[in-house]
Amino acid sequence: MNGRSIVTIYLKELRDSLRDRRTVMSMIIIPTLVMPVLFFGVGSIATKVIANAESEVGSVMILGGADSPEVVAAITASKKLLVVPVAEDWKHQISEKEIRAAVGIPAGFDAGLEAGESAPVVIYNYEGEMKSTLSAREIEQVLRDWKEKIVAARLVKRDLPASLIEPFTMRRENVAPPEKVGGNMLGGFVPYLIIILCFTGAMYPAMDLTAGEKERGTMETLLCSPVARVNIVMGKFLMVLTSSLAAMAFSLTSMGLTFMFAGSLFAEKGQEAAETAKQAGAVMPMIDPLGVLGVLAMILPVAVLFSAVLFTVSLFAKSYKEAQSYVAPMIFVVIMPAVVGMLPGIDLNAKLALVPILNLSLVCKEMLSGVWHWNYIAIIFGSTCVYAAVALALAVKMFKREDVIFRV
Amino acid sequence: MIEARGLTKSFRDKKRGEIRAVDGVTLTAEPGRIYGLLGANGAGKTTTLRMLATLLKPTSGTALVAGFDIVEQPEQVRAHVGFLAASTALYGRLTAREMITYFGRLNGLTDPAIKGRIAELADQLDMHEFLDRRCDKFSTGMKQKTSIARTLVHDPEVMIFDEPTLGLDVMTARAIVKFVRECKLRGKTVIYSTHLMGEVEKLCDTIGIIHDGKLLAEGTLLELKERYGEPDIEEVFVKIVGGES
Repeated sequence: MNGRSIVTIYLKELRDSLRDRRTVMSMIIIPTLVMPVLFFGVGSIATKVIANAESEVGSVMILGGADSPEVVAAITASKKLLVVPVAEDWKHQISEKEIRAAVGIPAGFDAGLEAGESAPVVIYNYEGEMKSTLSAREIEQVLRDWKEKIVAARLVKRDLPASLIEPFTMRRENVAPPEKVGGNMLGGFVPYLIIILCFTGAMYPAMDLTAGEKERGTMETLLCSPVARVNIVMGKFLMVLTSSLAAMAFSLTSMGLTFMFAGSLFAEKGQEAAETAKQAGAVMPMIDPLGVLGVLAMILPVAVLFSAVLFTVSLFAKSYKEAQSYVAPMIFVVIMPAVVGMLPGIDLNAKLALVPILNLSLVCKEMLSGVWHWNYIAIIFGSTCVYAAVALALAVKMFKREDVIFRV
Repeated sequence: MIEARGLTKSFRDKKRGEIRAVDGVTLTAEPGRIYGLLGANGAGKTTTLRMLATLLKPTSGTALVAGFDIVEQPEQVRAHVGFLAASTALYGRLTAREMITYFGRLNGLTDPAIKGRIAELADQLDMHEFLDRRCDKFSTGMKQKTSIARTLVHDPEVMIFDEPTLGLDVMTARAIVKFVRECKLRGKTVIYSTHLMGEVEKLCDTIGIIHDGKLLAEGTLLELKERYGEPDIEEVFVKIVGGES
C-alpha cells in the first residue's frame, strides 16, 4: 500500500463526489433534514389531526331510551356528541363511518334506576377506527359521570360518606432517572435511524465509484495509471466511508439541534404549558452524552462493514442501474435487524452480540440509557471489526479479478 | 520497445467453454516506429493491447515493455506506458486541468512538474481555452485532446493506441493520426490497433495481421503486398484471413 496514491485517489473522489448531486443528497441533505422533518413535520401534522378528531363533534345514535328521558338528556348535553335520529341500518352506518357510534339503552332504564335495578347499556363502535373510538369513549365518559352522580345522590340519600365508595386513591410515579427513560424511548429509534442513514450515505458513492465508473469508461482510464490496485480500492473505499460517516454526523447534529429546539419550545410556552413541559420532561428527557459517544464509537466498524460490502457488490455490476438493483434489496437486510432491536423485551445476550447490526441496535439502546456491559461491548466491537476486515479484504480481492473489473 | 513472446489469453465462457482470445502472439515494436495491429472486430486486438498495458494478465507468455516484464513488474510497465483507447473516458465532473493533474499525481509527478507539463501540453494541443471547464461539457475533439494530454502527462516512452479513432468524425480522427505520427517522430515506441485499412496504410511502419487471436502475418506494407501478390492492402488482408475463399 502506498499512502500518497491513496490520498491522491481519495481527494479526487471526494471532490468528484461533492460535485455529484445524488451523493450530496444522500450524504448531506437527506441526513440533515430527516429528523426535523419527521419531528416537526409529521409530528405536528399527527398532533393536529388527532386534536381535530378529538374536538370534532361526532354523530351518534341512541337506540331505545324513549321512556328514559334523563339519561338521553345527559348524552345529548355532551358538547362532543351530536345525537342524530335512529336509522334502521345503524350498524352499516357505523362501519361505513357515516356515524361514529351508537348506544343502546334498555327499555325502562330510568325507571329501573329508581327501583335500584342494574341495567346493561351497550355502546356500539367500529373497533380500531380512531374517531369511532373517541366518540365511544365520550359516551362512556358521559355515562360514567351519570353513574357517579346517581351513586352520590344515593349516598346522600342514605346519609353515607363519599369515602364509602372510594376507600383509597392511587397514582403512578416515575423513579427512573431521565436519561434512562430517554435511552429506553429513543434508544431504539436513534440507532435505527443512524444505521439506515449510515447505509444510505454509503450507497450512492459506492455505486458511483465502481459500477458508475465502469459504465462511463473511466475505470479503464484509472487502471492505466501505475497505481497498485489495492491503493485504488483503499482510496475509493475511504471516500465511501467518509460519505457514510458524514451522513451519520449530519443526522446526529441535526437530531441534537431538533431536540434542543423542541425543548426550548416547550419551555417558552410558559406558565400555561408548565404542566405540558413537565410531562414533556418525562417523555423526552436527556440522553446520556457519554452514551452518544459510545454509539459513535460502535457505529464506526459498522460503517466500514457497510462501505466495504456496498463497494464489493456494486463493483460486480456493469452499470449504475444494475448496481441499484443489487443494493436496493440490501436495505431490507439492514432494516430488519435494526427493527428487531427496537422491539421491547429483546435484550443482549452472547449469541445476539455476534449478529451484526442487531447487536449494534441493542447495545446502543443500553448505552443511551447509561448501561455499560463492557464484555458485550467488547464482543460486538471486536466481531464487527472482524466482519468489516473480511468485507474489505473481499473488496480488494474482487477488484483484482479481471472478470469483475472488466465485466461490461 | 515492446517485445511480446507467446502472449496468450484464454477466457472461460459458460456456453462455449474455453476461448483463446489471444493465441501465442509474438511481436516486436521498435522505438521511432509505429506497429499497426490490423484485425476485424473480435480478432483479439484489444485483449493483446490490454495485456501489454497490464490491464489484463496473460494466461501464458509474457512481454517486455520499456524493459519491464508485464507479468512481474506491471506497475513499472504502466509508469512507462501511455494507453489511449476509445473506451478510456474522462471524469465528467472534473475539469481538463484537474483530470491531467490527477493522472500526473497518480504517476508520481510533483505538483510543480505537473504544472509545467500542463502548460507545455496545452500549448502543443491548443487546449488553453477549455482547460478549466468540466469535461462532461466537452465536444469529442476537446475530449480527445484532454485524453491525449492525460496519456502524455508522464511522458511515457511507449504509446499504446487501441482503435483511438473509433466513432470520431473525420477532423478529430485526423488530429489523432497526426498526434500518433508526432509520437513516432519523438522516438516513442508506438503500437496502434485498428480495423481500418486506410489508417494502417497511412500510418504504420510495420503491420501485423491478427485473426482469431493469432498473428497470421507481419511485415511492412510493401513486403506484405509483394508476398501476397496484391496491390491493395484490403485484398492482402482478405487473402490472409481467408474470409472469401
